Amino acid sequence: MAGADAAASLDGVLVRYPGRAPLGPVDLTIAPGEIVAVVGASGAGKSTLLRLLAGLEPPSEGTVQRADGRTGFVFQSATLMPWADALANVALPLELTGMVRTEARTRAAEALTAVGLGDRLGARPRQLSGGMAMRVALARALVTEPDVLLLDEPFAALDSVTRRRLIEDLHRLWSARTPRPAIVFVTHDVEEAVYLAGRAVVLDGATGRVAATLDSPGALPRPDGWRSAAEYRSAVEALARALAAAMPGAELPA
Amino acid sequence: MMRILPPLLLTLLLLAVWEVACRALHVPPYFLPQPSAVAAALVDRAPLLAASAAATFWMALQALVVAALLGGGLALAVSLSRPAEQAVRPLAVALQVTPVVAIAPLVMIWAGLDNADRAVVALAAAVAFFPLFSGVLTGLKSADPDLERLFDLYGASPVQRLARLRLPSALPFVLEGLRVAAGLAVIGAVVAEFVSGSGATQGLAWRLLEAGNRLRTADMLAALACLMFMGLLLNAAVSVLDRAVRRRLS
Repeated sequence: MAGADAAASLDGVLVRYPGRAPLGPVDLTIAPGEIVAVVGASGAGKSTLLRLLAGLEPPSEGTVQRADGRTGFVFQSATLMPWADALANVALPLELTGMVRTEARTRAAEALTAVGLGDRLGARPRQLSGGMAMRVALARALVTEPDVLLLDEPFAALDSVTRRRLIEDLHRLWSARTPRPAIVFVTHDVEEAVYLAGRAVVLDGATGRVAATLDSPGALPRPDGWRSAAEYRSAVEALARALAAAMPGAELPA
Repeated sequence: MMRILPPLLLTLLLLAVWEVACRALHVPPYFLPQPSAVAAALVDRAPLLAASAAATFWMALQALVVAALLGGGLALAVSLSRPAEQAVRPLAVALQVTPVVAIAPLVMIWAGLDNADRAVVALAAAVAFFPLFSGVLTGLKSADPDLERLFDLYGASPVQRLARLRLPSALPFVLEGLRVAAGLAVIGAVVAEFVSGSGATQGLAWRLLEAGNRLRTADMLAALACLMFMGLLLNAAVSVLDRAVRRRLS
């Protein structure tokens, strides 16, 4: 069973949907400060798993445990309020939890500066590029100083250069905090999963159960040029095979 | 300027064709007066028409305010509870599909024959009610579901959710409802006045009826032109509001 010191855990969690096979049961323990990537075919329940961890959806069976603390969430799109500027968007979580406006705005400005947008506080979402909007979303998720940060394919819609830059930023923001927050990162990109996370969890495409767990080699954050390292390439290959094995009807050539 | 020019030219062309055709074919003026005769009637009866237009406009505006308060308020209340919405929506639809002409005599009786203007306002409000109710209700539920989840995550209260997420999300829909409702309020006011038809109200519809009874066709067309102009003006006013709000929102 999950230790009491886990940042979050799912124990025998099953989710039933009308008209389709249930997802699970899933057992998953997230240690404090670790980065876990969740990969799997679409429909394997990756997003559902995040919503369960966030407490946004109750499980049909099993228990979801959360250490006391705050949760940050980043969705597939930036999901900003178009009528509010970057500062107001980032201050929202603080203001919703009752913090006075001036204090919330000060902290929001700090969070935006931390993601490199200190000069765009007054920008409306439509004035921001996709990468910048995602940085605002990241600042909004981090502004409450969460113990658990949940990210649902946040960079999937971005070009590869912006994407790599955001991954480096995420590592930097993560290692700058003490204690470090736990991060659960859903992706369908195996290279992103290996690079970003210390551990990758593969969900079975048909049942939604955990099909495999692979540890990524090396330390976080990654040293320069790690993408050319042999240990990175072989870890990507191993994860790709594990993912293919968990997808019904997909097999990689030997 | 370039956007007004083509429709203006077309209108002038159509009026010219009408004028020439009437003169060439010797159409009797009680059947179809020339545009110049309509223009003369407009100038001639300007004070009376202006007063009548003001009366109709005032009644339509009152109706719009009543409909906005009732429709918007009801939508707001109902948006908080799904069973309430399911209970109210069919009734709102029933009100919408019932022709205003058909309920006008009833409302006339209830308002009392001495209060014909109140009946007109009530009927116009009944017509304008649905687009506002529907617009506000649809708008309140149009917020991005992920933003709704974000508000769940941070434990937002219903009031916070309404003020900071659902009302701003609803505004474009509300304005669209207002645009439709404004047009319908004028139509409702005119139809209701027609039905009351006794001169107890002195709006543009009464001018139409009165002129029609006397076979003064040019006067009828002049009143009609006033109505048309009023509708266009109202539409333009809502469009300006719409654009201003959209610019602020996005």
